[in-house]
Amino acid sequence: MRTANVRTIVIWSLVALVGAVGWSVLALARGENVSAAWMVAAALGSYAIGYRFYAKFIAYKVLKVDKTRATPAERLDNGIDFHPTDRRVLLGHHFAAIAGAGPLVGPVLAAQMGYLPGTVWIIAGVIFAGAVQDMVVLFFSTRRDGRSLGQMAREEIGPFGGAAALLAAFAIMIILLGVLALVIVNALAQSPWGTFSIAMTIPIALVMGFYLRVLRPGRVAEVSLIGVALLLLALVAGRWVAESSWADTFTLAPSTLVIWLVAYGFIASILPVWMLLAPRDYLSTFMKIGTILLLALGVVITLPALRMDAVTDFASRGDGPVFAGSLFPFVFITIACGALSGFHALISSGTTPKMIQKETQIRMIGYGSMLMESSVAVMALVAASIIDPGLYFAMNAPSGVIGTTVENASQVVGSWGYQITPAELARAAQEVEESTLLSRTGGAPTLAVGVSQIFSEVTGGSLRAFWYHFAIMFEALFILTALDAGTRVGRFMLQDMLGNVYRPFKNVSWKPGLVITSGIVCGLWGYFLWVGVHEPLGGINQLFPIFGISNQLLAAVALAVCTTLLVKSGRLKWAWITGIPLAWDATVTLTASWQKVFSSDPAVGFFKQRQVFQDAIDRGEVLAPAKSMDDMHTVVTNSTVDGVLTAVLAVLIVVVIVDATRVCVRHVRRPALSALSETPHVESKIVAPAGLIPTREEKEEEARHAVGSGTSS
Amino acid sequence: MRSAVARALRGVRWYVRELTDESAYDRYVAHVRKDHPQAEVPSRRDFERMRTDRQEEDPRQGFRCC
Repeated sequence: MRTANVRTIVIWSLVALVGAVGWSVLALARGENVSAAWMVAAALGSYAIGYRFYAKFIAYKVLKVDKTRATPAERLDNGIDFHPTDRRVLLGHHFAAIAGAGPLVGPVLAAQMGYLPGTVWIIAGVIFAGAVQDMVVLFFSTRRDGRSLGQMAREEIGPFGGAAALLAAFAIMIILLGVLALVIVNALAQSPWGTFSIAMTIPIALVMGFYLRVLRPGRVAEVSLIGVALLLLALVAGRWVAESSWADTFTLAPSTLVIWLVAYGFIASILPVWMLLAPRDYLSTFMKIGTILLLALGVVITLPALRMDAVTDFASRGDGPVFAGSLFPFVFITIACGALSGFHALISSGTTPKMIQKETQIRMIGYGSMLMESSVAVMALVAASIIDPGLYFAMNAPSGVIGTTVENASQVVGSWGYQITPAELARAAQEVEESTLLSRTGGAPTLAVGVSQIFSEVTGGSLRAFWYHFAIMFEALFILTALDAGTRVGRFMLQDMLGNVYRPFKNVSWKPGLVITSGIVCGLWGYFLWVGVHEPLGGINQLFPIFGISNQLLAAVALAVCTTLLVKSGRLKWAWITGIPLAWDATVTLTASWQKVFSSDPAVGFFKQRQVFQDAIDRGEVLAPAKSMDDMHTVVTNSTVDGVLTAVLAVLIVVVIVDATRVCVRHVRRPALSALSETPHVESKIVAPAGLIPTREEKEEEARHAVGSGTSS
Repeated sequence: MRSAVARALRGVRWYVRELTDESAYDRYVAHVRKDHPQAEVPSRRDFERMRTDRQEEDPRQGFRCC
């Protein structure tokens, strides 16, 4: 029995105390503005405890990571995709791959329920569910030569569950792309500054691509620096353009932007990777890491006061303007990335397991990266909660609800209990040099306002508009990259599926197949984008819940695969590690699906909504917020599509969970029947620390190893 | 003092090169020399082309999350 020394006990007691004080202040403070410092304290204290105790317990007691076992990177090292990568580098890689627009958008929207529900879910969710999922998937995929989630589902659960998982993943990809594109359209519409600077990223990426392909192959760091410099120039130039005679050219209506975006997605996805995708990815990674660091610094330096209520009335009434439905289950599906995100399972299986040096490092890479993403989500929540709540609601409510004039918006928002004068609304738009901030739904503009407020407190108010557009550019940049990369992944899945019907599709470089499948994928997400932009009830309001549901359903697939694997690998006793998050996730998500399909509240239930509008059409009436009979028909069609889609997704996931349960039960009854496809143990020759900072024993071991093998590094 | 600064700068350079995968070519050359001494080492240009072509074939490599 190991006894902890006094110093360790004192240190961890202090950490626990910091976290506990943070939570107490957040939960108990009423009536006055609480400093964001308490949110930071609650988050960091909880993360530290979760990482030190729970993650360590899972890694060593449950998964039993084995430092003598060679990882795929060591055994199959080919110098390209399989290679043992330094843990600190891989942490950066993995973090850059999992963190995107998701953790920035969800928390902003969830702030309509107040900052407290979102904070609790982001922090508790990541510690007990999200980070656990990422780490366990990473572990099992590492033990299977980096197999993807789909392959693992097929091999370990069966062809039926596997096919359902694959189909769900495809549907989810389409919805994801549609919703992310919608976020961009809402941020760029009628904004010549934003549109110009985002448009400029295309020629910048092309120049970078050419440089890397022809002039100086592989010099990524220098070309990224050039790219970032050009990007900042484009950002500054955006203001000149917005003030010049060109402004009209770059002032685009939402429906025009839809066409541009779909065309961009299609062309970008059939161009060679080196031309646009690869250089864009360098740019967005650079910007992502840089901006997140800046934001963390900004929050810690300024420690702004949270002005949003801890819990708003919308949480219990369920009639919030940003998205309909009550706190349970909708906060838990609105915030996916940052708390629990199914998409991470696609990164944790596949790419990262092929690069991990030692099995002991999965805690740091899998669990640690996810904690970092969670802190990004906390910062997004801070940014949304420090702006005037009246402005928050005016920005995030659909125009069908608050109208298109500042007077009207001020009045409607006032009726919800948040006072903001028309002059204040107009000034807020002026400060960031936008024509209007009303109904800029989707989260990105709200985040940008919050970020500009934090940054300009450090740099001075004169840079406010610059920081706003900087934040918009930063989000738009990686959403556009995601559109391109996501279309390619969707196409790849589709080629695989269609290949079963018509063989040439299987050949991924067959040009006609490539163009057709790219076209189909862009058409599909383009449809949702189009619908979202023209939705009289508000696109984000209608579509974001479907996006949240689908992301959480993918998490259910990942957790089902993990639980099955825990059971099949003789860890039945510990199956609750992923079993409880799975039960929670399935409950939340299926409840949300159920309500979206069957609720009798027309703001929540798609089919009830359809019925209300259809009845009105039959009576020849036009119901607000629809303005014409055409709008009425649009609502009916959209509600039907959304309702059917939600139902289909839910059924697919129930299929996966039932099939997984069947496999688990069979294994418990007759273990001999099930096969486990784990690669055999091979002795590892690499010696490397498990955590970020090596312990004394690890340093000594490394030194001994270096002497023994005659190499030094 | 000076050597500490130099070491820190070297560390930063190393990290940036690794994170951006600028060091991919050096790593590959080292790998070929060590494990396949008879094989020919491709030029940097050819290597970088091969790398992006691989991504072309399987877009799930290097996929980014939402």
